[in-house]
Amino acid sequence: MARASVSRRNFLGLAVAAPLAGTALAACGTSGPSTSSSSVGGGGSAATYWYLSGAPGEGIRTDTVKRFDKANPSTPIKGTTFQNDAYKTKVKTAIGAGQAPTIIWGWGGGTLRQYAQADQVVDLTSWFSSNAAVKDRLFPSAFGAATVDGKIYAMPCETVQPIVLYYNKTVFDKVGVQPPTTWAELMALVPKFNDRKIAPLSLGGQSRWTNMMWLEFLFDRIGGSEVFQAAAEGQKDAWSNPAALDALGKVQDLVKANGFIKGFASITADSNADVALLYTGKAAMMLHGSWTYGTMVADGGDFVSGGHVGYLNFPTVEGGKGDPSDTVGNPAQYLSISAKATPAQQETAKKFFATQVLSDAEVKEWVASGGVPIVKGSDTLLAGSKDADFLKFIYGVSSGAKVFAQSWDQALPPTAAESLLSNIANLFQLSISPQQFASNMNAVTNK
Amino acid sequence: MALPAVLVFVGFGIVPLLGVLALSFANWNGIGAITAAGGRNWVAVLKDPSLPHAVWVTFLIMVLSWAVQTPISLLLGVFIAGHQRYREALAVLYFLPLLLSSAAIAIAYKSLLDPNFGLGAGLGIPLLSQNWLGEGKLAIGVVVYIVSWQFIPFHSLIYQGGVRQIPRSMYEAAEIDGAGRMRQLFSITIPQLKYTIITSSTLMTVGSLTFFDLIFILTAGGPGNATRTLALDMYIRGFQADLMGPASVIAVLLVLVGLGLALLLRRLGGGSASESQMEGA
Repeated sequence: MARASVSRRNFLGLAVAAPLAGTALAACGTSGPSTSSSSVGGGGSAATYWYLSGAPGEGIRTDTVKRFDKANPSTPIKGTTFQNDAYKTKVKTAIGAGQAPTIIWGWGGGTLRQYAQADQVVDLTSWFSSNAAVKDRLFPSAFGAATVDGKIYAMPCETVQPIVLYYNKTVFDKVGVQPPTTWAELMALVPKFNDRKIAPLSLGGQSRWTNMMWLEFLFDRIGGSEVFQAAAEGQKDAWSNPAALDALGKVQDLVKANGFIKGFASITADSNADVALLYTGKAAMMLHGSWTYGTMVADGGDFVSGGHVGYLNFPTVEGGKGDPSDTVGNPAQYLSISAKATPAQQETAKKFFATQVLSDAEVKEWVASGGVPIVKGSDTLLAGSKDADFLKFIYGVSSGAKVFAQSWDQALPPTAAESLLSNIANLFQLSISPQQFASNMNAVTNK
Repeated sequence: MALPAVLVFVGFGIVPLLGVLALSFANWNGIGAITAAGGRNWVAVLKDPSLPHAVWVTFLIMVLSWAVQTPISLLLGVFIAGHQRYREALAVLYFLPLLLSSAAIAIAYKSLLDPNFGLGAGLGIPLLSQNWLGEGKLAIGVVVYIVSWQFIPFHSLIYQGGVRQIPRSMYEAAEIDGAGRMRQLFSITIPQLKYTIITSSTLMTVGSLTFFDLIFILTAGGPGNATRTLALDMYIRGFQADLMGPASVIAVLLVLVGLGLALLLRRLGGGSASESQMEGA
């Protein structure tokens, strides 16, 4: 008897408790940076700064903070690092819960717009006009994604990161082919590599924004930068533009031709497995951000030092309207100041922006890591670097681009970006057609 | 004595639940102001063509993992309920997967199953180097396998406890009547384990409704949306797409389905909950 009644109570307990595990997640989320922000600065007076982990950026960001703390021992900044994909959710939740760090590292664009509209970040327009020297030494193109409705809400920082087509020269020599300059040449290379059991293209498809880079370039090369611009502005049926449908179809052709490595949908970019496929010679080419060069240097053995890495701007598409110099990627990274921070913390952050962000020492570190800092005239520093050729290439692509578009998922507001990524994943799985993709996305972005 | 427990349960169980219910009728992007939305979130979510798919995936994983786990854990439970010493040692070994966190298991399996750098590629066994997580049907199979691998030890433990409570005298009587081992299993052990089976099944099914961490790390709902379960869908809508309202709708649906399932399983046990299975009662 006793056993039966105990088990009844257990059932009720289970029935109520188990679903709560899920709802608690939705209700509370990850409740912010409890460990870092509460343990930091005893009294909450110290400014806090969250940024991304991972070499080489993490070390440089940490060094910059250390230099600031050394120069300002009474008002130090406490840094906390997060992994890329996890950070996006973490920082958003913290801001929503009023537990944002003083300095918010980000990508600008649609997410920054959301913060600005909710009055969560400080308007820096007047600060920049009274500190014109800080602004004038940076690339003007870097400020576009920092600006919301004419006001500047973020300090551009770090490096310009266009997306380029990398290739493995050793593999190309072995197969006896030349790197592609047009889409037709790229498609012609696919069977040649597949015949030799080498994947034509590496792709970390589970991260989804990696797939998106292909569409960003194809849209631009086929129809010009205004095709996506129209969609981002919410024009009716912008995704059904013939150029857009052509680009979506071309990407599916590439998937159907086994252009991407087997299992790409299960490879994540965070693990750098996609980069590893390129430098181990399992894949011949990879479309990726300039930031992956640092990983190739660090992990690729003699891939970079032995001169086996090649790089190109994205091939042209025959008959396309886009300017072949156009590129996409990250025009810069961005630092915002939380509106919830105390005046003292905000002062510390502004001092950090003015004195340490992209200081000469930091600029040198970025150059050494294979990045092009967004500081005017930094090309003169590049010649001394051991990666001078690559850095000059990146500087050339970035400064020579007629249009340097921001990555779509950063340019769009988060809700639309998530729909976009979800539809892109399905497009690459061939589970939706270009027309379905277009109508799904029209429903999301149409105003 | 019960008061602290009730307070904790209300504070961390009931109040968030009501909060979610309220949020399901509101617009909120997680950062800005919360405004009333009326029933719009509910209409939007229920009309969304991705919802039936997420429900289907959730139930598929639930049913498959139940069907795989229940027979195996029952048999393992019966096996380790014996008293020979080697069985104690084996029981400890069987218990190992339960000691690992889901996140660690997901990361380990993800590396093992990598089609280019994983176990299959490393050992050169073509059978093992399938596109495990890159094809929808295979990915669901992998999820079911890993969930089973992780939780069979736990359910075996429950069954072991249940089996040890069955009086020896029943088996002795059966042996005198000439019942063999199989006959004893089907006529004594399994009927006597009825409530243990219901307990274990409730844990499995309701637990798999909210199963999240392993799938999130392993496939992130991919490839495409092949493994996007309701719990994952809720997270993606809420924390990646910034649609807390629709995410709360799904959370409320999860609570309702979970409660419904638990009640259904209780009913399946018959209205005889107070009826004793003990001999002589």
